[in-house]
Amino acid sequence: MREITLSQAVNEALAEEMRRDETVFILGEDVAEAGTPFKVLSGLVEEFGTGRVIDTPISEPGFVGLAVGAAMTGARPVVDLMFGDFIYLVMDQLCNQAAKQHYMSGGKLTVPMVLRTNMGATRRSAAQHSQSLQAIVAHIPGLKVAMPSSAYEAKGLMKTAIRDNNPVVIFEDKLMYQDKAPVPEEEYLIPFGEAKVKREGSDITLIGTSSMVQIAEKAADALAGEGISAEVIDPRTIVPLDDKTLLDSVRKTSRAIVIDEGHQSYGVTAEIASRLNEKAFYHLDAPVLRMGAMDVPVPFSPALEDLTVPTPDRVVENARRLCGGEMIHAA
Amino acid sequence: MAKAKTNTEDYLRMYRQMVRIRTFEDNANQLYLSAKMPGLTHMYSGEEAVAVGICEALTDDDRITSTHRGHGHCVAKGAEFREMFCELLGKAEGYCRGKGGSMHIADQNHGNLGANAIVGGSMGIATGSALRAKLQGKDDVTVCFFGDGATAQGLWYEVMNMAALWKLPVIYACENNGYSEYTKTDEIAAGSIMARAEAFGIESHQVDGQDVLAVNDLTRKLAERARKGEGPFFIELMTYRYHGHHVGDINREYYRSKDEEKDWKENRDPIIRFRGWLVSEGIASEDEIEAMNAEIETDATEAVAYAEAAAYPPAEEVDMHVYAD
Repeated sequence: MREITLSQAVNEALAEEMRRDETVFILGEDVAEAGTPFKVLSGLVEEFGTGRVIDTPISEPGFVGLAVGAAMTGARPVVDLMFGDFIYLVMDQLCNQAAKQHYMSGGKLTVPMVLRTNMGATRRSAAQHSQSLQAIVAHIPGLKVAMPSSAYEAKGLMKTAIRDNNPVVIFEDKLMYQDKAPVPEEEYLIPFGEAKVKREGSDITLIGTSSMVQIAEKAADALAGEGISAEVIDPRTIVPLDDKTLLDSVRKTSRAIVIDEGHQSYGVTAEIASRLNEKAFYHLDAPVLRMGAMDVPVPFSPALEDLTVPTPDRVVENARRLCGGEMIHAA
Repeated sequence: MAKAKTNTEDYLRMYRQMVRIRTFEDNANQLYLSAKMPGLTHMYSGEEAVAVGICEALTDDDRITSTHRGHGHCVAKGAEFREMFCELLGKAEGYCRGKGGSMHIADQNHGNLGANAIVGGSMGIATGSALRAKLQGKDDVTVCFFGDGATAQGLWYEVMNMAALWKLPVIYACENNGYSEYTKTDEIAAGSIMARAEAFGIESHQVDGQDVLAVNDLTRKLAERARKGEGPFFIELMTYRYHGHHVGDINREYYRSKDEEKDWKENRDPIIRFRGWLVSEGIASEDEIEAMNAEIETDATEAVAYAEAAAYPPAEEVDMHVYAD
């Protein structure tokens, strides 16, 4: 099968959906000729024109608000939010407006929009361009949240998001845009709420989101050398979350580590760990462990920044201790 | 009064709609005072000529976005008393199945995209609706209602900029009732509100918001021009709210005097003024008007009784409509 980058996969998904449905359009800062700073959208304005690939002023609340209104009245906007950190700027439009319209109207209004944005530290971009804020939007009923872990997922999840009748936020890891993966030429969609077992194992379950799937897979390789069989699971969407696949795995392995690049406290790892504790408690041989980013603003210095995110080595170390029956106390 | 529509039926419908709003609000206020209504509500009384003058210039395909003080917009855009009172009382037959209440009534069949409880919160939605119309080659117009208080929100300046850049068919209708919640507008607004819209190159108008014909005449002209791609436009409608910020805001002399309220009610009431004009022009007799008023009162009384007796939504609806299929 051919291999393409995550960036190309997102681009293909948008182009295919824009050809299929003329109500789909893209809105955001530097999305047209510039194709975004990450060049994810390069070429789309040439095919679809500036009427459907629309450059906006630097007005995040404004253009997200426009997308909500366009979605409520018959269009399917895909908003490009240049950095995930800017979600804080658009919270009212996203959480008070987009997320609640369907419910507040008793099911009459719908907001079929996609907010594409990114996440991920270690790009030396410091505290306001490195955050992974998926937990903040996953907390809000009415929003769906997808976290692709490869080019394959990025394409299939994007196509599903565009066809979904709800506001969907997609977090792409900005350090993965050039990572290649096999992606079929023929069309496919990835349903929301279906986790993928990336690797089967029997001793411990490693649940990773986005780029943390690769971290988990590297850890699983190393653990295999030590005779520890790790199962790796990618939830793919955290809202809706495929509890069943996660629980089936943990009931089998009796141990789990949940890895996500958002801050650890009150985060995605905490939510998933709680669900496993509540629903698989009697199958567990050790506490479910959370591994998120450190609870510090992301520092600029590489010497410090690299300390803040989960790494394969730290996953291996924690897995070894859990499987060895060592007591682990949270700090 | 400025002359606008020439059809007698149109004049009578405008009068009827204004009285329907006032009557709806009087009944809503009674529901609050008699502790029959959950929560609070914000009265539109005094501002009827704004909503009616504007909405009578629009079609069902045209959209509006409304505000926390939104009952007037809802009635003026074609909503029915029964579904509205049911919504205010949290009943299943309400426009939003009781999930929205007073501050979130939406009636998409008549183009009402909903009231919004965030001040200025629907400015993006209205402008996005206009963007959709332009992208899809439709000729509908969107009117964005908001108050003078909302002009202090940054969102307005972001969306006006885009609306002006892209010539979107949106009309920003600022209902300047002189008060930003419990504070005089003079104390929260520097300079001129009109000049702010004009700074974006947006054609702006100020109009007497107590004169329904003047409002209607201006809006019809601007709506037709917006359909032809000459938008956006801004209208500042000078008006007054008879009640406090909400129904519970009863002792308000610390921010405005009773004499001021009395003056607006006695000398500038939009319904009294229009009624006088209808009679003097021979369009309707006093008897005909009284009959219309009585009929509306009866409609409202019946709708309130219906809503009071109507069922609450069943418990299983609490987690319905979080996500669309």
